[in-house]
Amino acid sequence: MMYFDYKVAGGDFTGAGQASSQLKKALKQLGVNPVIIKRSVIALYEAEVNIVAHANKGIIRIHVTSDLVKMELDDEGPGIENISKAMEKGYSTASEKVRSMGFGAGMGLSNIQLNADIFKITSTPGEGTHLEIIVQFK
Amino acid sequence: MTVCPTQAIRVVKGKALLNPNRCIDCGECFRVCPTFAYTVMHDNIEVLTKFKNRIALVPGVFFGQFPDNISIDQIHQAMKQLGFSHVYEIEGGVEILKGAFNRMVTSQEYEKPIISSFCPSIVRLIQVRFPGLVGNIAPLIAPADIAAIYYRKKLMEEGADPKETGIFYVTPCAAKIAAFKSPVGEEVSSLDGVINLNFLFNKVYHLIFQGKIVDDNSSVEIPLDLPDEKSIRWSLTNGEAKNISGRALCVDGIKNVIDFLEKIENEEVTNIDFLELRACDESCAGGILTAENRFLVVERLNKRARKHGLLIRENPDVKATSFADKADYLLDRIILPQKIEPRSIVLDEDMVKAMQKLKKSRELMCFLPAIDCGACGAPTCQALAEDIVSQKANLSHCIFMQRQMEKHNKLSNDHAFKIIEKVWGASRLDKDCYKKGAKYETN
Repeated sequence: MMYFDYKVAGGDFTGAGQASSQLKKALKQLGVNPVIIKRSVIALYEAEVNIVAHANKGIIRIHVTSDLVKMELDDEGPGIENISKAMEKGYSTASEKVRSMGFGAGMGLSNIQLNADIFKITSTPGEGTHLEIIVQFK
Repeated sequence: MTVCPTQAIRVVKGKALLNPNRCIDCGECFRVCPTFAYTVMHDNIEVLTKFKNRIALVPGVFFGQFPDNISIDQIHQAMKQLGFSHVYEIEGGVEILKGAFNRMVTSQEYEKPIISSFCPSIVRLIQVRFPGLVGNIAPLIAPADIAAIYYRKKLMEEGADPKETGIFYVTPCAAKIAAFKSPVGEEVSSLDGVINLNFLFNKVYHLIFQGKIVDDNSSVEIPLDLPDEKSIRWSLTNGEAKNISGRALCVDGIKNVIDFLEKIENEEVTNIDFLELRACDESCAGGILTAENRFLVVERLNKRARKHGLLIRENPDVKATSFADKADYLLDRIILPQKIEPRSIVLDEDMVKAMQKLKKSRELMCFLPAIDCGACGAPTCQALAEDIVSQKANLSHCIFMQRQMEKHNKLSNDHAFKIIEKVWGASRLDKDCYKKGAKYETN
């Protein structure tokens, strides 16, 4: 098993994508199927951008085994009041600033779910959100 | 070694070794090597003698190598003197490609963005570094191949013997030579040979310079081969993208392309219909086998494109070369017959073993200095770590590690000396005043 962890700073859009790029590099070296790599990376990138867009800061922990990749994301931020609503395609709370950068179209969480094999989300409003994303290699 | 975008080069015994599985034939190493250690294989002009009909297919950038006071006619004449019986430009096939790309862009059948297959280095780069995007490459042949198919057919119809007809492409890039020697997506190339553009330029320029070719104004005022304005610009940056409907983008320079493909792969950038990607800065004008400065080539080509445009607009009888007379014949042949397959670089075929190796190399990185000095013969510390876990190198190749080992009496001075010589060659630690930049510099 292998372990990576990354810190994510809220509001740093230019820095977003580092964790997904590193994960992608490792999965390619392992010879994981390109379709699976793509799904893992897209799910992680969406989740990374969510932290940047909404939270103050966050931590990403990635575990890679020979069967799967498990990504855990914890942030300190506003949390999500109504998770089932947030999961709906197109639902967005994004500010004008975020939308003008091409984010916040309300596809984030539903896109993560679409690309993950297992997706768990828990949140405490006012404290933060925890995501667990698993993509299986087979 | 350090410029290689796929880390294909290692230095062993003072020589650069190229890993053919990783090499994408971009020629970046050729561009920077101070000792001209890299050579590009190409066909010599003698191969022409094997054929009765000797056709040169030249890209627009070839004419862009020559100063303005040398006419296209002089160049044609010099080429004939060198042994070519026909000289044609490849850009006539562009019109057909343009149509095919635009149909693909509007069709739901193809995954977007469609990535142009124009640059052979880009196709190879995607195979090696972006296996997930292989399906986005348009399965179409390049303008030079279309021109080869067209002129071969045309000459056959005029009664030429196929066995006596040799078609040679004059190439500004090494990747095209590799594409000819080992094609991707097709079994055999439509060409009979490839000729280094720089080599031919020198031959032609020499003849003209010595006054052996006189511009006698005998040629017709309107050239037989007349690619239109857009076709001439096809090989330049934005040459393709500007002709594609929908959102089309162009990226040139191998590093820029890699950065952009990373974004495409992460889906950080979406809603693009078409991508024109070129390995060389300023596209083919900056090809590694060009002779002239790339920006001057671009200027000359643009000038020529405008001239052709004007000629076509002002003379209603003049038609641009577009291969329209054989459009159906060509359309049946422009699709690559075989699928383009990924060529991923993995640490081990067995994923469990690959995982162990990756873990081990990350542990090694705790010790390596991460300054990527290259003294060990690998381009980066990480590349050395990966070589060590694959049993292709030792930790003692690192000069930082050597100091540590010497301090703890695990490595003798003599041994450390030998290690350096193993990587950089026997006399490499000796004084040498003839190297580049030294007192008696010589080539």
